[in-house]
Amino acid sequence: MLASINEWLKAAVLEVQEYVRLCAAAGRGMVTRPFYYRDMVEQFDQIGVGSLTVVLLTGLFTGAVLALQSGLTLDQFGARPFVGRLVSASMIKELGPVLTALMLAGRVGSGIAAELGSMMVAEQISALRALGTDPVRKLVVPRILAGTLMCPVLTVVSDFVGILGGWVIATSQLRVESGVYWTSVLEGLFWQDPWMGLIKPFFLGFAIVSIGCHVGLRTRGGTQGVGRATTNAVVAASVAVLAVDFFITRLLFTLMY
Amino acid sequence: MPAEDPRTRQEILDATGAPIVMFDKVSLAFDDKVILREVSFTLIKGHTKIILGASGAGKSTVLKLILGLWKADGGVVWVNGERVDQMGEHDLMRVRTDLGMVFQEGALFDSLTVRENVGYKLWEELRWPDDKVNARVEEILGFVALSEHIDKMPSDLSGGQRRRVAIARAMAAKPRVLLYDEPTTGLDPITATTVDEEIVKLRDLEGVSSIVVTHQLRDAFYIATHSAERSNGGVRIVQADQEKSEEAEFIMLRDGLVCFEGPAGELRRSTDPYLKTFLS
Ligand SMILES: Nc1ncnc2c1ncn2[C@@H]1O[C@H](COP(=O)(O)OP(=O)(O)O)[C@@H](O)[C@H]1O
Ligand SMILES: [Mg+2]
Repeated sequence: MLASINEWLKAAVLEVQEYVRLCAAAGRGMVTRPFYYRDMVEQFDQIGVGSLTVVLLTGLFTGAVLALQSGLTLDQFGARPFVGRLVSASMIKELGPVLTALMLAGRVGSGIAAELGSMMVAEQISALRALGTDPVRKLVVPRILAGTLMCPVLTVVSDFVGILGGWVIATSQLRVESGVYWTSVLEGLFWQDPWMGLIKPFFLGFAIVSIGCHVGLRTRGGTQGVGRATTNAVVAASVAVLAVDFFITRLLFTLMY
Repeated sequence: MPAEDPRTRQEILDATGAPIVMFDKVSLAFDDKVILREVSFTLIKGHTKIILGASGAGKSTVLKLILGLWKADGGVVWVNGERVDQMGEHDLMRVRTDLGMVFQEGALFDSLTVRENVGYKLWEELRWPDDKVNARVEEILGFVALSEHIDKMPSDLSGGQRRRVAIARAMAAKPRVLLYDEPTTGLDPITATTVDEEIVKLRDLEGVSSIVVTHQLRDAFYIATHSAERSNGGVRIVQADQEKSEEAEFIMLRDGLVCFEGPAGELRRSTDPYLKTFLS
């Protein structure tokens, strides 16, 4: 029993150590040559543009359902016109960043783990090294850059369509005046809120992509291993999103509010 | 290398008969499973080393140690006069410029076309201009007789064609040492012979030193006993003479030890029971 706990702890420490080492190597790869520009452009396209549809849909429906639910609650206080405040505050501070990140964990985290995992088991990563390419620079750096920079952009898109979704429900179902809704949207925000909503996704995006890369590059054991890696990457990235979100929020509260 | 030798390292390496890859008592274990115990051998420039052994004997491991993809637990690995067993990844990149590796299943990049696979190193690492890369890629694909497949994806090729693309990719930057990991496993005899011929051609016409890992004796003997020569514009594969076929040396790995080392004839005549079962 004690021995197996010991084993588990050792494996966990090793895993974290490898993860930190990968992040450090990626950090070095971002500031020193060689750079693989084509791969960067491709990853910005795949991660950023490729995730647009799913982010638009989740944002829209989240905003809409927020308006629907809070409309009912607000009615009890006769505060229905404030629905815009609730939608914008929740979308921009929490739901936009977190839901976008969770969707990215599912789409991008799993995709990266599967791709790098199959390259690993097919010895393509070894082939890259044999051909003189550092896989961290070629594969990890472009993905981390794209993930870290595109996550905030996608979050802003999600916030925006979320508020738009709220507007559709507020005006069509709750019969709130359009002008009232938009005024309320702006009134609901403190100056810190947009910052909070914009800073968090940088960390979330980094966490998702770096975890995907780490899990992918540690894949062993054929196609079965790739399947395992993909699942592990999604689970680990999703948990990491919620945990990182909590800690960064906590930190930003002490720093800004 | 002896210190009193007045020649520079480059001169020693350029001379005929120079050792280009050297294993000195190399050991490796994964956890408590011993893969190699004190394995030693030397590859002479322009010669061929054929590594035989059952699967799991550690044949691929030897090649990965030469490339520095894995690190030995003990012993010394020399490649081109440099110790690669202690070397960091950055310095290894320099050593690897002179090595070409054909991986067990080819390990072609499946998101890239044949052209991009073969030209990968020239284009991405050596940063040659596009027209120069294209010229070289077309030249090599002509050499391995795959010119018409240049714009296909690896998944659209047959097994034998994929192996030949892998060979083409490994030789693109003109390395002086080529490592082949089971280049003919899983191929029918006719296709396997076309791959063997590429190996012979590269050795005899381009002067590369090679290490061929295989457990298929037919191909091993074919490579050892044939040679390639140019004759009025074409290339002919002929039976090698005695001296030439002595340049191909066999190594048999078993339980982490070298259990046989010598030329083809000697291997055929061996009376060792394990070798005999392997040969039959
Ligand atoms: N990453 C690894 N971890 C543990 N054992 C390994 C690993 N890679 C290979 N092995 C073991 O090393 C032995 C030799 O492998 P390998 O050199 O690939 O054999 P061969 O190429 O001769 O078939 C095998 O028994 C294999 O199980
Ligand atoms: Mg092998």
